[in-house]
Amino acid sequence: MSNTRSKCALKAALAATLFGASLLSVPANAQDQRTYDDDPVARGDTPESIKGYEIAARSDRSDSGFGDSKVSANMILRNSAGQITERSLSFSTLEKENETVGDKSLVIFNSPRDVEGTALLSHAKILDPDDQWLFLPALKRVKRISSANKSGPFVGSEFAFEDFTLTELNKFTYAHVGEEEVDGMMMDVLERFPRYEKSGYTKQKAWIDQAVFQARKIEFYDRRGGLLKTLTLSDYREYDGVWRAHKLAMVNHKTNKETDLIYTEFQFKTGLDESDFVKGVLLRIR
Amino acid sequence: MRQSLNIVVVSIGTALASLNGASAGEWEFGGEIASEVRYFPQSAQFPDQFDDWQPSATVQADLRWQSDDGKHQIVVIPFGRLDAQDDSRTHVDLREGYYRYVSESDWTLLIGAAKVFWGTVESRHLVDIINQTDGVEDIDEEDKLGQPMVKLSLLKDWGQLDLFVLPGFRTRTFPGSDGRLRFALPVDTENPVFERNARRGAVDYAARYSNFFGNWDVGLSAFHGTSREPRFTIAQTGGSLLPVYDRITQGSLDVQYTAGAWLWKGEAIVRGGQGKTFFAGVAGFEYTVYQIFQKPWDLGLLAEYLYDGRDEGFVVETFGLTSEAPFTAFQNDVFTGARLAFNDTQDTSMLAGISVDADDSSLSMFVEAERRIGQNWTAELESRLFFNVDPSNLATSVRDDDFLTFRLTRYF
Repeated sequence: MSNTRSKCALKAALAATLFGASLLSVPANAQDQRTYDDDPVARGDTPESIKGYEIAARSDRSDSGFGDSKVSANMILRNSAGQITERSLSFSTLEKENETVGDKSLVIFNSPRDVEGTALLSHAKILDPDDQWLFLPALKRVKRISSANKSGPFVGSEFAFEDFTLTELNKFTYAHVGEEEVDGMMMDVLERFPRYEKSGYTKQKAWIDQAVFQARKIEFYDRRGGLLKTLTLSDYREYDGVWRAHKLAMVNHKTNKETDLIYTEFQFKTGLDESDFVKGVLLRIR
Repeated sequence: MRQSLNIVVVSIGTALASLNGASAGEWEFGGEIASEVRYFPQSAQFPDQFDDWQPSATVQADLRWQSDDGKHQIVVIPFGRLDAQDDSRTHVDLREGYYRYVSESDWTLLIGAAKVFWGTVESRHLVDIINQTDGVEDIDEEDKLGQPMVKLSLLKDWGQLDLFVLPGFRTRTFPGSDGRLRFALPVDTENPVFERNARRGAVDYAARYSNFFGNWDVGLSAFHGTSREPRFTIAQTGGSLLPVYDRITQGSLDVQYTAGAWLWKGEAIVRGGQGKTFFAGVAGFEYTVYQIFQKPWDLGLLAEYLYDGRDEGFVVETFGLTSEAPFTAFQNDVFTGARLAFNDTQDTSMLAGISVDADDSSLSMFVEAERRIGQNWTAELESRLFFNVDPSNLATSVRDDDFLTFRLTRYF
């Protein structure tokens, strides 16, 4: 039988991929901007939904043309008693060709040591489940895995799988609900509603600044409509027009557990291409 | 073994020589040390076998080097086990020891000892043929010996093609006469027999194409060489079994169809060279229920059917002196299992399964549980139980070998 550890690793890696795929691409003003067509369903047809969609699109497209990136990260999990567990990961990301698909990403676990070398390759989609393959180093096994589990938490973290595709524009419909000043910055406040199946949320509320168009805070409302979690994005740094948050702090209001995701310096345009994100590359990681 | 080690040493030496003067690169050291104890509650079935406790310790080192540009890689992973009860289980192996060149375009070349896994199903690793089974480790056939090889991989738009030249055939390891979980007679691994065009030192060949098409993942493989599975003959002394290795040709297919929470899996082989050409297959599914009982727990349900059409000739009791093909426990069997992942910070998980022989109703059951402790330790519990074993079933020689294993591993 395949080892029980496979499943642990699987969960851990799944967690990771999504980080790699998307929170990474919380965006800004890259040079070589691509042009995209709006998705009419995501855009909607009321003034609030159109304004919401346009603000979200400006935010999502602000790093258009980033090409590819590499970054390492530490994930720090804190339970309600304050006990800490850490994981370290590295991510490679290839920008999507257009907005009908998602980014491609490769996530490799560096610690804990028992899952070191576990890797996950994801070809993200918008409304369909992503294509994902897991590499289990102890068995040298590459396994295609189900990505149907959107709302599940993983590795004890407060992030759900779906939390990592937050900036895929066309995964949501939108409503612009107002403007607020927070910490001296003017913010647009949006509500957004998942279009994909099996979401654990009825809605999310996002604060996007009006200066460089980055998400600063996101609230998650559960299926009963209650406030479940708050994500704070901070330590934004600019890389040649592309903005990246280097600290993502998720607090679960129901359990009082927290998970921080701390990134090191990003590297962009590292020369990655499609061939670095095919299934076969999993076999040469370790 | 000596030959394979030579190949590895020479290939790594060559690699190092060719890199001399190239970029300095970086070494990485890691490893794991485990202590384990197996407990057998029932008395041994055969003379010489030990009773009760089997303490054991393992060490695995992990040395890696990669050039600054990532094109040159060296991996060395030696493994050793010290066993208090079974001398045959005390052994060392070079699990991996290779040099790999990763080209900038779309190919990689690996030279040395390595591990390769093929397949999709869980209850049996039918198409997985490159590496020999390290049979003293466990009876689940998941532990493998390092296989010397030259492997060329092409990663193209049309999929992945792997070509293998496999010198240095490794014979299978088996528990010694003291050991539990063995046949009625111990296997004399020092005196393997090569028949039907097989010979010591023969080179084996394999090729594999793999790709995915939408929700389908497909692998097509071919192998020509020495069978990893031996037949057996009784030694002239009458006190042991000699493993008999044949030259075989095998074609195989492994597929998986991924649809939401369902994974549909299948593996099939056609093998010639051991009696009449035969077909064997495994097919089944894995279905996952997410967040059961409003908890973050995931429950995976597994079911697989196993068929094997080989001509075994005599059954175990007579040790089939004239058997045409190696024994198998999977002629007509049904496996069902469940996997529970707690999704906690310590990655706690459990896996349990039952295999039933559809012909004689013999049952085998296992449970595995695992949890990380702190950052660098894991604790594992494993148990395997045999019920209702028919005297003609392959499992009859291990019917009194129910066991419970506890293992504590420290990672570095």
